[in-house]
Amino acid sequence: MTKARIDARFSALKAENRAAFVAYVMAGDPDYDTGLEILKGLPAAGADLIEVGFPFSDPMAEGPPIQRAALRALDKGMTLSKTLAMIAAFRKGDQTTPIILMGYANPLVNRGFATFARDAAAAGADGLIVVDIPPEEADPLADALDAEQLSLLLLSTPTSDDARLKIIARRTSGFAYYVSVAGVTGVKEADAAVVAPHVVRVRTASGLPVCVGFGIKTPERAAAVARVADGVVVGSALVEEIATALAMNETVTTRVLSKVESLAKAVRFARVARP
Amino acid sequence: MNAAAKPNDYAAYPDAAGRFGDYGGRYVPETLMPLVHELDAAYRAAKADLAFQAQLSGFLKDYVGRPSPLYFAERLTAHFGGAKIYLKREELNHTGSHKINNCMGQILLARRMGKTRIIAETGAGQHGVASATVCARFGLPCVVYMGAVDVERQKPNVFRMNLLGARVESVTSGSATLKDAMNEALRDWVTNVADTYYMIGTAAGMHPYPEMVRDFQSVIGQEVRSQILEAEGRLPDALVACIGGGSNAIGLFHPFLNDEGVKLIGVEAAGEGMDTDRHAAAINGGRPGVLHGNMTYLLQDSEGQITEAHSISAGLDYPGIGPEHSWLHDVGRATYLTATDRESLDAFTLCAELEGILPAIESAHAIARLGDVARDVGKGGIVVLNLSGRGDKDVATVAAHLGRTI
Repeated sequence: MTKARIDARFSALKAENRAAFVAYVMAGDPDYDTGLEILKGLPAAGADLIEVGFPFSDPMAEGPPIQRAALRALDKGMTLSKTLAMIAAFRKGDQTTPIILMGYANPLVNRGFATFARDAAAAGADGLIVVDIPPEEADPLADALDAEQLSLLLLSTPTSDDARLKIIARRTSGFAYYVSVAGVTGVKEADAAVVAPHVVRVRTASGLPVCVGFGIKTPERAAAVARVADGVVVGSALVEEIATALAMNETVTTRVLSKVESLAKAVRFARVARP
Repeated sequence: MNAAAKPNDYAAYPDAAGRFGDYGGRYVPETLMPLVHELDAAYRAAKADLAFQAQLSGFLKDYVGRPSPLYFAERLTAHFGGAKIYLKREELNHTGSHKINNCMGQILLARRMGKTRIIAETGAGQHGVASATVCARFGLPCVVYMGAVDVERQKPNVFRMNLLGARVESVTSGSATLKDAMNEALRDWVTNVADTYYMIGTAAGMHPYPEMVRDFQSVIGQEVRSQILEAEGRLPDALVACIGGGSNAIGLFHPFLNDEGVKLIGVEAAGEGMDTDRHAAAINGGRPGVLHGNMTYLLQDSEGQITEAHSISAGLDYPGIGPEHSWLHDVGRATYLTATDRESLDAFTLCAELEGILPAIESAHAIARLGDVARDVGKGGIVVLNLSGRGDKDVATVAAHLGRTI
């Protein structure tokens, strides 16, 4: 499984000639039970892959929405162990949707890379993104993940030149993640026309499907990016739905999944809808 | 962590990857990594450039007021009844602390790199003031990130920064203190990659900052070395300095690392006590981990979440420490003690009454352990303490803790 699960998903999407819709949620936001309910509902709502954030007290690359999501989760006692338990619970009912963990280095350093890799594989995770581990610091973590057949996805960004893209690709598997804007999550907006040539550069350097994230909030924007990339990641816009539902006393799961449906639909039909 | 091996040459670190043993490194988002490489290359070129070094020396002499005196503290010496005590008077620098040494070096580097906008983080406001000062002097816009809690308890410094033309951004995220100010500065840097220079205030963060800030602060130890040789004809027996991120301490220690007869003693903030969870002692009360770009000792919980530091001193109120200190601790070259809020207040008062010097409450933590060190070294010995800042900024805090109204 694991790497195989990501590869299988992208092969299937390629056969359908459509981009992946990748949904990001913060584990345990707004609490464990609701978080698990959202996670379980994501595939049916149209998520092709799922990124599950594990909260960290000092998320230096996140904008306010995901910062607040992490605080909500931490306030309810969310931990890395509980995040893995949540993935294991999800896996009982879904053997095919790839799950990518996403977070910061210290909770992993604290657990030990080898222990983490073993536990993550056992829980049914497929890959890992660590925002503050660039290629220069990646080898010990990549070795630990390799031993468990888990993918490490090193991020590519607008400041990565072609030489760095090759270095990034060396220890990246599953898919390549292109950060579409220089900035934190959920603030600047990604422009599909600007992103398109970078997607080509990343695809050339990595030989992998390229998913684009950071700064995609609306179905229109998601559809535009879906026409030039192999996948579209939306995170901040989803966790903002949680904040809004909580503020307006609405049912959190319904509100989030309905947002997922509209974004997933836009991505699913982006290429066929094109005249 | 593996048991740390004792090196042949302490001064040869960090390595090219920015490592002091297991500590240091470059744990930053990919967006920043090319900028970190650019900074490293620019710093190495400047370090080797005699014209740059001459320019820096000129500003340190005429603008900062260096060299700072090494003063024989006769009455503190008599009071403790042990070794002779010398104070390195960094509080006499322009802006009132050692922070300006580093800011002067970094602003010259930023100009050399063609950067047009400066950002900085600050806790007590000393680094913020020093950053605002050099930005005013060289005509560059300056944004200082400061936790909302610190903005509240250091109002005079906020106003000083404003007078100097800097914009102070009050940071309300997380615990609204120094670590959150640093998060916010990093978020700014990752967003403004083309024109912005991040002026980090302590010998921590991603490589090359720990090395670069140490180098700029090493002027302290270099001066002490020649001053004590002139005054006493020999090297001191011990050096003492307070530690938050640790830049004043590493600046004093570094030129003496290979003189193993010189004891190096850092003093961390024990806050309300090391038997409570309200302290800021990363080495004495923390474990190694990764935060703000480097692997180092950190205050953290069992799940690897960073916990809040607590100290009467906003300048020491940080859950981490520079990576070189973590390494010096592991290899046993330096010793890290602690002083509580209460002990530091007593030391503040003692220094004021015996020597006529108001020390920064940060520096007062070092003074709080000075008696122990002086008696340990004994009569006939020599101890040098880094008086890293002046205490004028702290009088309101001290008054409040002494139960007096101003």
